[in-house]
Amino acid sequence: MARMIIYSGIPSNSGKKVMETKSSDKNEFVRQVAEQKYEFGFTTDVHTEIIDKGLNEDVVRLISAKKQEPEWMLDFRLKAFRYWQTLEQPSWAHVTLPEIDYQAISYYADPMAKKKDDGKPKEIDPELMKTFDKLGIPLEERLALSGVAVDAIMDSVSVKTTFKEKLAEKGIIFCSIGDAIQQHPDLVKEYLGSVVPYRDNFFAALNSAVFSDGSFVYIPKGVRCPMELSSYFRINARNTGQFERTLIVADDDSYVSYLEGCTAPMRDENQLHAAIVEIVVKDNAEVKYSTVQNWYPGDENGKGGVLNLVTKRGELRGVNSKLSWTQVETGSAITWKYPSCVLRGDNSQAEFYSVAVTNNWQEADTGTKMIHMGKNTKSTIISKGISAGHSQNSYRGLVRATSNADNARNYSSCDSLLLGSDCGAHTFPYMDIHNDTAVVEHEATTSKISEDQLFYCNQRGIPTEQAVGLIVNGYAKDVLNKLPMEFAVEAQKLLSVSLEGTVG
Amino acid sequence: MQSEKQYIDLYGSCRDMLFSHSADVMNAVRDGAFADFSRQGLPTRKVERYKYTDMQSLFAPDYGLNINRLDIPANPYEAFKCDVPNLSTSLYFILNDGFYDKALPKGGLLPDGVIIGSLCKEAAKNPDFIAKYYSKIAKTTEDPITALNTMLAQDGLFIYVPRGVKVDRAVQVINILRSDVDLMINRRVLIVVEEGAEIKLLFCDHAMDDRRFLTTQVIEAYVADNASLDLYCLEETHAKNTRVSNVYIEQQANSRVNHNIITLHNGVTRNRTDLIFRGEGAECNLSGCVIADKEQHVDNNTLIEHRVPHCTSNELYKYVLDGKAVGAFAGRVLVHHGAQQTSSVMNNRNLCATKEARMYTQPMLEIYADDVKCAHGSTVGQLNDAALFYMRQRGISLKEARLLLQFAFANEVIDGIRLEPLRDRLHYLVEKRFRGELSRCEGCKLCK
Repeated sequence: MARMIIYSGIPSNSGKKVMETKSSDKNEFVRQVAEQKYEFGFTTDVHTEIIDKGLNEDVVRLISAKKQEPEWMLDFRLKAFRYWQTLEQPSWAHVTLPEIDYQAISYYADPMAKKKDDGKPKEIDPELMKTFDKLGIPLEERLALSGVAVDAIMDSVSVKTTFKEKLAEKGIIFCSIGDAIQQHPDLVKEYLGSVVPYRDNFFAALNSAVFSDGSFVYIPKGVRCPMELSSYFRINARNTGQFERTLIVADDDSYVSYLEGCTAPMRDENQLHAAIVEIVVKDNAEVKYSTVQNWYPGDENGKGGVLNLVTKRGELRGVNSKLSWTQVETGSAITWKYPSCVLRGDNSQAEFYSVAVTNNWQEADTGTKMIHMGKNTKSTIISKGISAGHSQNSYRGLVRATSNADNARNYSSCDSLLLGSDCGAHTFPYMDIHNDTAVVEHEATTSKISEDQLFYCNQRGIPTEQAVGLIVNGYAKDVLNKLPMEFAVEAQKLLSVSLEGTVG
Repeated sequence: MQSEKQYIDLYGSCRDMLFSHSADVMNAVRDGAFADFSRQGLPTRKVERYKYTDMQSLFAPDYGLNINRLDIPANPYEAFKCDVPNLSTSLYFILNDGFYDKALPKGGLLPDGVIIGSLCKEAAKNPDFIAKYYSKIAKTTEDPITALNTMLAQDGLFIYVPRGVKVDRAVQVINILRSDVDLMINRRVLIVVEEGAEIKLLFCDHAMDDRRFLTTQVIEAYVADNASLDLYCLEETHAKNTRVSNVYIEQQANSRVNHNIITLHNGVTRNRTDLIFRGEGAECNLSGCVIADKEQHVDNNTLIEHRVPHCTSNELYKYVLDGKAVGAFAGRVLVHHGAQQTSSVMNNRNLCATKEARMYTQPMLEIYADDVKCAHGSTVGQLNDAALFYMRQRGISLKEARLLLQFAFANEVIDGIRLEPLRDRLHYLVEKRFRGELSRCEGCKLCK
């Protein structure tokens, strides 16, 4: 009997080699791959001050006090908290969200605390530095060549923001939201909660009550931000939730491109991440927001992983304004995320590009909302879902044209790719059209990787696993092309790593 | 709002009367349905499948019910003048919810063994057979309106086509709404098409009186192996009419179903169609055409469940909305785990002609199998400017050009009808409807 030989690619983090295994070894090999797959699963051993578990008004007051916030900020938090208490956790999404015990989570973890207590000048623990080095995040100005300004956030605290001074020369404010509340209270007061009010939804209310850190960006009138701004989120401490809040304001005629990345250690229990991103775009301004989301997705049996419950919304307040969301979602056990655009300004344009990959037992319910309110507004939605293993991947989107939105135009395309017979791909688009001049189109297809394409690659000596990677990257190209250079490379790598072991 | 209370109270006080005027088979499930209805209440707009139609307000008014089965005098032939020329049909009438047996087509029209008659009477004659099918796919636990219907329905229509029998002549059933007071009607239809049998059905809704009518209708259709069912529903009623129709279809292997709903005149219409594939190789075509203006409200809600491999489903719904009309389409295709080689296409195209017209559309796919071909598309827009310009260049007035394009738009659905005379008739009706000449059912003097 002929011996079966299987060629398989080795995951990217172990170098690009081709390994030969017998079929009996294959399970072993797949197991190895699965174990290696999440390369950011390490933890950092750093002294972290964590407040007691539980959530009540005192905790909200404590967080506010720790951040030395003014009275109005505490009021904002308390209002949100009181409102949150009246709500119930939503269950409409196509995910099996576990019953979260909000009292079993610690709402504030500060890895910088030790240094502060010593009363020494604020400097970063070398352990922390190493962590971010390992993650490939340039915190040192020596990495100026990368040309990206970074706000690095570990657990509840912003560790470091680079290039702050250089940006300040142009009048750009790029700092942690905690600093912004201290230094630019007027700006924060004006815009915080104006796009995502605390009454928006359950997780928005929770975030508004307990948010710890996040980034604040203000681009003044007529300024084109000279470099990519980026924030990097890392959950490290055990049993803590991360509740970051990002606020971006692009004043008239300005431009900024913003990147966001995230990772977390491998842990058996679910970690909660409930963030809010608010973006305000004024006349003729443009904002690009890109996310590569790589939270720990849980192990191959669906144990552990981050619950990623995020509210992201941008308001295009000015005429001719432009906002573009690009997201690559590969991580998280559960993703519940709908980056939305409210097109208020006349002639404003919004875009949403998304690749969502789910493997093993991951569940993603993600999509966007495009609310057309101004005249001659335009929006584009390109969503690509890839599901493998036992995962469930849903696109959920809303396109609404109000009666004032004359000549609104929307095009949506949602494609799903299924790898394996146990996964699911779903599409839930909603369209509410209240205007006779609006033109709205939606199309969606669902299919598996074509046998012809695989055969073609195999014929040319490309092993099946690599061929799948190739085809998937081609399939997601429309979206990956929209990412800034550095991210595109990372995203491509992520795509192939996320799908390791799905074929065979 | 607690609109369900009056129905719960009604059941409590009239339970005996309901039972005494119906068949045992229908009574057997009544208490269960009542329990399900009391538990669920009427759906609010927070219930996903009822998002676009407010059942609470539709069921709030105080309607009369003919629970005591009083004979309502009517001459259906007088009311029914919207005949389809050149279409030879076997014509039956349903008066409100009861089978009208005083005007049956002359004998010899139906092949042997085919039964078309009163559900209540048939259930008394053949209780075991009816019990096998009645209230089986129309689950009262899942839909409160179905529960309400099951709890109150006393009679309806039963259609049976035995194994291998092909009914060549189309069967036309006219649902006549006739009453001197505002009336709630709970109509029940059971269709059983056995192996290799074929039938084409045309259901027309017609209101005889200028009263408010609230109709709940539940149709259960069982289509066995290699059988074929065409079910065309045409609604031409008036603005005071509310119709809530739930259609449940179960298809076995290699069967074929054509279901077409055309709404030309109505007040509020809500059609729910649930279709399940139980056997491989089956095919269904669901389509709908809505032409609405003034304050008409039409909500089509469909669910196609692919439970087995190798089935094909096609869906096409088209809406033309004028005035302050509201249209809603929510379609869901659910491909179960293991239903490989499924092919499914869903299309929803809509034209909004005025600023006040509203369209809600929600084409959904839920897929748990990987070797499938599923696509859906949905558009909301206007008539093509280039096409209009082309016609005007050639001397066709703007008004006429618009009509032609709208007409062509709607025809795609009508062309799927497999009864040629009916197709011609609908072409004619739709054209008249667009011209505004058909503000009521043709030949009808009663409704305004």
